[in-house]
Amino acid sequence: MAMTMTQKILAAHAGLDKVEAGQLIRCKLDMVLGNDVTTPVAINEFEKAGFNSVFDTEKISMVMDHFTPNKDIKSAAHTKQCRDFASNLKIKNYFDVGDMGIEHALLPEKGLVASGECVIGADSHTCTYGALGAFSTGVGSTDMAAGMATGEAWFKVPSAIKFNLTGKLNEYVMGKDVILHIIGMIGVDGALYKSMEFSGEGLKNLSMDDRLSMANMAIEAGAKNGIFAVDEITKAYQADKVNREYTVYEADPDAPYDAVYDIDLSTIKPTVAFPHLPENTKTIDEAGEVKIDQVVIGSCTNGRMEDLEMAASIIKGKKVHEGVRCIVIPATQKIYLEAMKKGLLEIFINAGCAVSTPTCGPCLGGHMGILAKGERAVATTNRNFVGRMGHPESEVYLASPAVAAASAITGKISGPKEVL
Amino acid sequence: MKGGHIFPTGKWSIINMKAFGKVHKYGDNVDTDVIIPARYLNSADPKELATHCMEDIDKDFVNNVKDGDIMVAVQNFGCGSSREHAPLSIKASGISCVIASTFARIFYRNAINIGLPILECAEAAEKIESGDEVEVDFDTGIITNKTKNQTYQAQPFPDFMKDIINAGGLLKSLKK
Repeated sequence: MAMTMTQKILAAHAGLDKVEAGQLIRCKLDMVLGNDVTTPVAINEFEKAGFNSVFDTEKISMVMDHFTPNKDIKSAAHTKQCRDFASNLKIKNYFDVGDMGIEHALLPEKGLVASGECVIGADSHTCTYGALGAFSTGVGSTDMAAGMATGEAWFKVPSAIKFNLTGKLNEYVMGKDVILHIIGMIGVDGALYKSMEFSGEGLKNLSMDDRLSMANMAIEAGAKNGIFAVDEITKAYQADKVNREYTVYEADPDAPYDAVYDIDLSTIKPTVAFPHLPENTKTIDEAGEVKIDQVVIGSCTNGRMEDLEMAASIIKGKKVHEGVRCIVIPATQKIYLEAMKKGLLEIFINAGCAVSTPTCGPCLGGHMGILAKGERAVATTNRNFVGRMGHPESEVYLASPAVAAASAITGKISGPKEVL
Repeated sequence: MKGGHIFPTGKWSIINMKAFGKVHKYGDNVDTDVIIPARYLNSADPKELATHCMEDIDKDFVNNVKDGDIMVAVQNFGCGSSREHAPLSIKASGISCVIASTFARIFYRNAINIGLPILECAEAAEKIESGDEVEVDFDTGIITNKTKNQTYQAQPFPDFMKDIINAGGLLKSLKK
């Protein structure tokens, strides 16, 4: 029976010739990831079960990104617990303040994940690495602990929805707009338990940063994973990052899909997800007059170089609107440095933005930009649930870096064309 | 499968694999940020987490919940973050079982892995109301609504998951 791209990767990692949707399998893992919120719970479980060594000291990554630089004593204790554990068990890929970045920007940048690999992470946005053509999915801390101990995880083989991409995005329209459009179309459980596979001739017009932000939000449609066909752009991205052999898997031409959607990229407009679900999308011309108090440009969804370049191109020479706080967070130290060298940080600071060291911080209402009761933010992040960025009566509007930057200038939800 | 205390780590236990309690009912897309807001994730202690469980959508939940009570919701329960703190806080609050039409997949895994029993049953999710008294038989998947005098059939756990649960969670099952 023909297989989807995801099914082929899972079959290979389970040592099977074929798998089909619904089958329960056990797969070998190429990378197991955790952060400063989920790893302490995993360590507790790992130790409680009596394990004292990991399956491979090079195939575990721990990234201290959520509440770092540590916001309070309790989170400092959690980070210390991870630091000590990594040191004692000789875990090579431990990233702390100074060399860490937001995990899902950091791992691809460091070449720690690659096409065809099988990756679990105790963070729901682990699905990001599907942009590289990897099978990559979010799990909990207990799965992380089991993965660290055995190098394996159990999966129910998913069926898939195919997105056939054609055409080219218009100026100031980004991968973020495409994925918000798709979530608006299929809903927050539209791909529940399934893979979202992205392919088609339009792929060649999507940069890696666009693809990473799209795969990142597959979970917001309930998907087990999002995955992109591997092409020359993927290979070029990995050329100077991945120093090991990797395997390119392709879906069979007659692979079974639960649904196939044709998406013409040229028809996508800047899109905003209104509170309190990522599926509550409106195009920018339907948004109406929504005044805002804060803008956040960053996160594992949109804190990469192209995101900052887009935001800077809109903000350059202008001032953030009176009464609006605009917080810009480069996702990794490398991106931070490059943004500095290219003069982007100067553009942001001259406009009145706050620029921060990498952290997940405000995206999950952790620190570095919490909203008061009744406040509204436009954010390039990935969730707008009740209380996500602060008070339960605050509101988050999800948008691209282009829309977020334009909104920072006007003080209300705005498309980039309103300020250019 | 034999009866007995198959979920040994909670404050309560399921005798002969049944749960019985009063229902706390919620709607669609109950996300992990409202189950346990991230501002409390600087703790990994289930008991401490339980004192904030559901507070952003139901601030009375922690005062009203009693050991053995049952949580019922509709579509896509537990969507969002992978934080295991979410099922841990529900379990530590005393909830014996969560019933929903569908669960978000990471929440589903996490619940099985930590030994919080969950059942998918669209009919039960639709018909059960807050305050109803409900009995759940995990072996057969039969849910009995004592208040409304109705029964609903959920899918029982696959054997693979029963093995994890019987072992007392994923890690203990690996150690066997």
